[in-house]
Amino acid sequence: MDTAVADSLDPLIAELRSRGFAVVGPTVRDRAIRFAEITGAAELPAGQGDEQDPGHYRVVERDDELMFGFAASPDSAKRYTQPPRQALFRMREGTVEEAEQEAPRVALLGVRACDLAAIAVQDRVFLGRHPDPAYRKRREALFLVAVNCAVPGGTCFCVSMGTGPKATAGFDLALTELTEPHRFLVETGSERGADVLAGIPHRPASAADVAAAEEVSRVAATRMGREVDTENIQESLAAAHDSPRWAEVAGRCLACTNCTMACPTCFCTTVEDATDFTGSLAERTEVWDSCFTLAYSEVGGSPVRGSGPARYRQWLTHKFSTWYDQFGVSGCVGCGRCITWCPTGIDVTEELRCIR
Amino acid sequence: MHPMTPAPYRVSSRRVDRADTVTLTLRPMGGPCPPFRPGQFTMIYAPGVGEIPVSISGRARAGGYAQTIRAVGAVSRALCQTRRGDVVGVRGPYGTAWDVQAAAGLDVVVAAGGLGLAALRPVIRELAAHGSRYGRISLIVGTRTPATLIYHRELARWRDVHGIDVQVTVDHPDHAWKGPVGLVTRLLDRIVFEPRRTFAFVCGPEAMMRAVADDLVRRGVAAGRVLLSVERNMKCGVGRCGHCQLGPLFTCLDGPVLSYARAAGLLAVPEL
Amino acid sequence: MAGPASRRPKLAVWKFASCDGCQLTLLDCEDELPAVAGAVDIAHFTEASSADGPGPYDLSLVEGSITTPDDLRRIQHVRRVSKRLVTIGACATAGGIQALRDFADVREYASVVYARPEYVATLARSTPISAHVPVDFELRGCPIDKRQLLEVIAAFLAGRRPCVPAHSVCVECKARGNVCVLVAHGTPCLGPVTQAGCGALCPAFNRGCYGCFGPMESPNARALNARLRELGMSTPELVRIYRTFNATEEPFRQAAEQAEQSEEADG
Repeated sequence: MDTAVADSLDPLIAELRSRGFAVVGPTVRDRAIRFAEITGAAELPAGQGDEQDPGHYRVVERDDELMFGFAASPDSAKRYTQPPRQALFRMREGTVEEAEQEAPRVALLGVRACDLAAIAVQDRVFLGRHPDPAYRKRREALFLVAVNCAVPGGTCFCVSMGTGPKATAGFDLALTELTEPHRFLVETGSERGADVLAGIPHRPASAADVAAAEEVSRVAATRMGREVDTENIQESLAAAHDSPRWAEVAGRCLACTNCTMACPTCFCTTVEDATDFTGSLAERTEVWDSCFTLAYSEVGGSPVRGSGPARYRQWLTHKFSTWYDQFGVSGCVGCGRCITWCPTGIDVTEELRCIR
Repeated sequence: MHPMTPAPYRVSSRRVDRADTVTLTLRPMGGPCPPFRPGQFTMIYAPGVGEIPVSISGRARAGGYAQTIRAVGAVSRALCQTRRGDVVGVRGPYGTAWDVQAAAGLDVVVAAGGLGLAALRPVIRELAAHGSRYGRISLIVGTRTPATLIYHRELARWRDVHGIDVQVTVDHPDHAWKGPVGLVTRLLDRIVFEPRRTFAFVCGPEAMMRAVADDLVRRGVAAGRVLLSVERNMKCGVGRCGHCQLGPLFTCLDGPVLSYARAAGLLAVPEL
Repeated sequence: MAGPASRRPKLAVWKFASCDGCQLTLLDCEDELPAVAGAVDIAHFTEASSADGPGPYDLSLVEGSITTPDDLRRIQHVRRVSKRLVTIGACATAGGIQALRDFADVREYASVVYARPEYVATLARSTPISAHVPVDFELRGCPIDKRQLLEVIAAFLAGRRPCVPAHSVCVECKARGNVCVLVAHGTPCLGPVTQAGCGALCPAFNRGCYGCFGPMESPNARALNARLRELGMSTPELVRIYRTFNATEEPFRQAAEQAEQSEEADG
């Protein structure tokens, strides 16, 4: 892997835009650090960070000028790999017409190691036994610029899940933000990434640059807000189906679906049927769904998982246990979004401790 | 092609089995019908109404899948109301199969509840066609009322022509019913099989399947030799919608046909 | 083009105690209205036309709640002449804002407001249509959502179950890409206990959800109330947020009562 140093991100953003990518990066919107299209580094949230705790998120002023001094954004790459609504096909008078597969060229600037791990998990879901050509096309249209975490959040536990804080694979370029002087260590992870790097001003990284970057990741790893003991987690959680904790946590769970919607690996969907008023045109759309809805498990008019405890058990057990059976990896990447964005602040790491 | 895109199939014949149950023959509009194994299902799409999983009951003589559908919801009602020549969407076949070969040399118990008989029909046809490969063959069927029993002509033929011991019980008899009344498990006392040398195929409502499977296992049939077909909410059939999970399993990929050795523990957990 | 008017399903729109906002939603469907009118025979819709075609009607859309003795008689007639009856809007599905009378004494109010209250023929309670006649489908909202109304009509024509999910607003809030106002701003929001349908309109404008679409399929108001108290809501405030357009829907009624009781327990 080649390493280089770049002083500014403006040339990178310009280079990506000149290659036809919409550059989507972190920027402050609606009092949160969100991913949106940006045209220059000035739009990055320099000097701003976030405060994340169970059910709590605030943008805060930092006492430095770090551009990436925050943890996971409410947005994950899922919106780009698996959009909330996807047209599937139309059927008219006995002919089936597949929907146009839209795959906008997007460069995601600032994805975290946990997000890259989540994309790798989704690859297993959508490119496995029944590969999805639309997913593949969107995936190929994504240019991934990772930024190694310097400031993990209060709900982060990527170290426990073995996915971070340093990005090791799955990116085109990976940056580490360094200070004094402000600069970025740039690693290339693909030919495409190397090609882009070649198009922007950079210089070879010195041993001091590399050491400084390693120090950023080393310190970040010591600052996880949460942790999970993953020893035997697959077996012990599957065996805990009658734990009294499920009922206890269901008392606090709103079954609102926020955890599943915010989760970067949750892939469940349902389908919607639509017709025009003449009845000659039928359309199907795939939309995000959640195991917390009653319709999700409905068979013959009633849900298999009608109770709150059963639905919470499905979510947690799937994520941390049965996902291994199905896809060979954990469904959790430790990003902490489900903890932060739970309106009542349910903390999966705490639930796991109590249940096991 | 996208795994969620159906192929257009034409309804080439439609047979009314019962007031609310029809058997459609579905033939692809372009190219041949993909091969299927007994126990597999397709996702059938009623344009503009929705899509449901339906077991394949057999290959029609003129080609195409024979699929028996009972009108219980909007989609099944729309499919039951299709007419010959109408076009529906079909994906699949998907899922695991009844391993009929594994029953060779053994007594065979086929237990059906209600429409479950439709999913077992390919098994029974195989058993009927090659009766000499198996020991004693019994088919026990439970149905709500005499009027909801499907496939009577075939049941008579399997009994009279192929020598299968066919027994039917109903939950609610009418005045003409002279046969047994009650749960299908009670028919296990009326058929002859050597439990240690028996293979069973069970399909019907989940409570019925568990009762039959538990009874068979109690009598000494190995749980690994009891197969059943599990039903869960299914939107995709290809392991991407998540709805059909049963613990670690995707019913669409790892099922619907599961051995009771695998399924018993999962089905025993309430609301899994 | 659609066939002759006589073969098209007949649609009727009826009004009970309501503000007309929900039936206006049908007229708001400017782009789709010609297609709707082509597919159904709008036989009775006094808001839009003086045409008053005879019943029976294939599909009746009923707006408003039952608040007078005359309403009680009229809804029976509407049911008799309707093959399918769909109630539209919080008044028709839950009694509406006027169901707040359930928490007060209507006669006392009337005596204060009207000079000759004896001329006011009103019932003690405002009740949803489903309290009086069988209803085939309830479309929630105050007002209803235009897309959902069109979906109900299209689904009726296609013979499918309308795609009107009963899950929380949060599903569509996240799909829309809103930031959670409760988590990120500390803004009280009823989204987690409210049924989707509006497209998460208020959170999209950084406001909390007001619960216009009534309780979602499995509301856990007790858990939400605990959180809302942490955000600083007082008992009267908690009671008030549930006592709006769907005050007498059982889960919201209980949510308000539970808020009152838990304060007594705490206090």
